[in-house]
Amino acid sequence: MDLTWYLSLSAVLFTIGVLGVLLRRNVIVVFLSIELMLNAVNLTLVAFSQAFGDVDGQILVFFVMSVAAAEAAVGLAIVIAMFRNKLTINVDELRLFRG
Amino acid sequence: METFLFFVFAVFAVAGSLGMLISRSPVASALWMVQTMLAIACLYLTLNATFIGVVQVLVYAGAIMVLFLFVIMLLNLEETPRLSAFTWQRAVAFVGGVAVLALLLTAVAEQTDLFPNPTEVPVAVVDPAGEAIVVGPEGEAAVVDEGEVAVVPVDPTSVERIGVALLTRHAFTLEIVGALLLAATIGAVLLAKKRFA
Repeated sequence: MDLTWYLSLSAVLFTIGVLGVLLRRNVIVVFLSIELMLNAVNLTLVAFSQAFGDVDGQILVFFVMSVAAAEAAVGLAIVIAMFRNKLTINVDELRLFRG
Repeated sequence: METFLFFVFAVFAVAGSLGMLISRSPVASALWMVQTMLAIACLYLTLNATFIGVVQVLVYAGAIMVLFLFVIMLLNLEETPRLSAFTWQRAVAFVGGVAVLALLLTAVAEQTDLFPNPTEVPVAVVDPAGEAIVVGPEGEAAVVDEGEVAVVPVDPTSVERIGVALLTRHAFTLEIVGALLLAATIGAVLLAKKRFA
């Protein structure tokens, strides 16, 4: 299959992730969009790994998945802590730095 | 057949991500995301990356999305109102997103050398007893003193090759990622506690 198609699909998914981070006010959906961006990058890495016959791309995907899992866990713990204090998940209202 | 499979899974992935983007309830967004993850796992399988495809299902769809659903359930969120208000911030954000897409697609389209000279296919050395010994990723063969050796091509994306590369060339990074996961676990437990001790 043509490499260009996979890269274009990855670009479209990445853009949808960017739009999710910029447009949505719900913090959970913002985190989901970040995970979508990481998945788009993973798809690019695996596509290049298959095109070059090099396994290092898939190794990097493995590490990116681990880091994404760690980041999702810590991020959601922060969301729980914030929700417990302010009872909101609207990113417009989660402002601790005033001014 | 491969083209057809690629387009089917690509449509599922894009549809799932768009559904995640415009859903009003966070649970619906998370479930659309599960569809996207599964579609991307199938795309990995069409790229012959079987290990990464299975790990994607196990880690992303099976652990991370379940964590998201648990947190949504824990926070007991309500449906957000439909975003129909037009604000300048939203318009600029949409234009910015389209600009990112145009930039990425231009970078993809201007590649003239997407297929460089392929690297040598790594081979396996078969010793006289008939067992295969996977050699290094650059294709260097292990020295065998006695008997004849035969070389057979190894599947370039097999789990063996990933395991060899992980434990030899990327061993340090593997240990660092292990320490990172430990730190993230401790941090997550500490952040979500009700009272700091």
